[in-house]
Amino acid sequence: MNRLSWFNAVSLTLGFAFLYIPMIILIVYSFNESKLVTVWAGFSTKWYGELIRNEAFLNAAWVTLKVAVFSSTLATILGTMAAYVLVRGGRFLGRTLFSGMIYAPLVMPEVITGLALLLLFIGIGLDRGVLTIVLAHTTFSMCYVSVVVSSRLVTFDRSLEEAALDLGCSPAESFRLVTLPIIAPAVISGWLLAFTLSLDDLVIASFTSGPSATTLPIKIFSAVRLGVSPEINALSTIMIAIVTMGVITASLVTKRAMVRQKQEEQAAVRA
Amino acid sequence: MNTSVFAPWDDPGEKPLIQFRNVTKRFGEFTAIDNLSLDIFEKEFFALLGPSGCGKTTMMRMLAGFETPTEGQIMLAGQDIDPIPPNKRAVNMMFQSYALFPHLSVWENIAFGLRRDSMPKHDLEERVEAMLRLTRLEQFARRKPHQISGGQRQRVALARSLAKAPKLLLLDEPLGALDKKLRQDTQFELMDIQEKTGTTFVIVTHDQEEAMTVASRVAVMDQGQLMQVATPDRIYETPNSVYVADFIGDVNIIRGRARQNGGDGYHIDWAEGQEALTAASDNGFDTGQSCHLAIRPEKVAITAERPSDAANAVQGKVHDIAYLGNLSTYYVELPNGIIIKAQTANTRRISRRSYTWEDPVWLSWTATAGVLLAN
Repeated sequence: MNRLSWFNAVSLTLGFAFLYIPMIILIVYSFNESKLVTVWAGFSTKWYGELIRNEAFLNAAWVTLKVAVFSSTLATILGTMAAYVLVRGGRFLGRTLFSGMIYAPLVMPEVITGLALLLLFIGIGLDRGVLTIVLAHTTFSMCYVSVVVSSRLVTFDRSLEEAALDLGCSPAESFRLVTLPIIAPAVISGWLLAFTLSLDDLVIASFTSGPSATTLPIKIFSAVRLGVSPEINALSTIMIAIVTMGVITASLVTKRAMVRQKQEEQAAVRA
Repeated sequence: MNTSVFAPWDDPGEKPLIQFRNVTKRFGEFTAIDNLSLDIFEKEFFALLGPSGCGKTTMMRMLAGFETPTEGQIMLAGQDIDPIPPNKRAVNMMFQSYALFPHLSVWENIAFGLRRDSMPKHDLEERVEAMLRLTRLEQFARRKPHQISGGQRQRVALARSLAKAPKLLLLDEPLGALDKKLRQDTQFELMDIQEKTGTTFVIVTHDQEEAMTVASRVAVMDQGQLMQVATPDRIYETPNSVYVADFIGDVNIIRGRARQNGGDGYHIDWAEGQEALTAASDNGFDTGQSCHLAIRPEKVAITAERPSDAANAVQGKVHDIAYLGNLSTYYVELPNGIIIKAQTANTRRISRRSYTWEDPVWLSWTATAGVLLAN
């Protein structure tokens, strides 16, 4: 291990302090005894206890989870289909237009997307609730999925699909048995991306949610407007923990897969 | 002894396995295959040979079903295969890139096609094992494609495409990714497997040596057309055009005008102040018709003195020598600037070489050594 020079050590410390001090403060104060957020009065976990009894928060968390799972799954299916057609469909009429249009929602301001969806739901008389949030989140996150999946499909060796057809697969079987398993990592990361986007979306959800369904970000945002309570800190700490565990698990899994592949390759070289 | 030569193409009673009937394939403005007709027979090892872009891969993709002819028909065992999708054809293909499924083991790759036919488990296992034995891959069955060498991958691809016992196996530049030594070994292996399984093979290659080695017949293609379809020796010895002569191996082409000399003999006036050359040809030429004499370098003898009995002899001086180890090619410049190549086997060590740069030499060849071609 190399020792860092003092300059590098300082840059590293400053950079990471900048990134993480706000979160550390939040976590520390979630264990505060006092009800006043800015005054330290000893260690306690009572706000976590309060949180479990707070049904409004629990309901919001449940709605958020449902929305994230459904919308990211739907977005993954639609986004993968779109990516497949745009990459593999050949030069059909309007292809350039379509592939440009699939990226447009990425740069569209969220406020506009939210407003447009709201007008649509009112126009077709759809009551706002879980369904409308799911639809709205699917709309914007499927673009991300299609970008991730199409970048994988571009490098996908087409002769693999031809080989599957040649060996007796119908086009649908060839997709299911060959294409999908190979592009699965891209599809999964697309799903995770869509899931995260849905989890922390505030703007679009606030346009499309109704009184029957509130997501966690909306709940937190409106609670904070009435004053920050240590309960919110506790909730945020739990969310940070979940996200951190997710990231660590994902990177561990990737790393293990890489190590295993390397070992197998070395074994093959030796044989 | 009663050994019959395998030559179904000479037997008018034999029914071809594959028939191209006036097939044309266009991609937009570009004509890849131009009104082409061809018969390929059962158990043949047929090579499509040509430079890149000549349409050989398109021919193969039409047989596999990935392309459909714009005009004309392709018949497989007497049946028009145009409406049959690739997954319903009794044709399998070995891809240039091998196209092995990276997420499946060698065993599963080979079993892939059999599973689509919902073959009973026991038969399937037996068939896969037989394929592994045929391609000597038994100890690699559980490996993934990225865990084996290039030569082994090539054998997996072959095993996978043979597993379904297709009527016709297509091989798209199958040995392109292998180094020269491995390629030569694999060529003989391919021929061996083709003989053992009795499958009809159609191979696409741009490597003329490969085509000559493995094939029972070779089709030389250029710009979507067949230039010549014949056995390797006929392609080499009696090419039907300057293009084929030039494409296969090394050749000297001498332009001139034919003059009839009774029977199938011709005199060829080819240069001012030079004695006319003599050549025999089955193809008829009119007196005064322009012609090309194609002679292989190894059929040209190089001597210090003029040989007394040679039908053709020309004098020149050694312009350059290409030393290939086993052979040497002498580039001899004639007084009129034409360069003719003569090739000799190096039966002596190089220090004992008889001729060197700028030496005056005589080149000679017989009347039947060359082929007289119109174009």
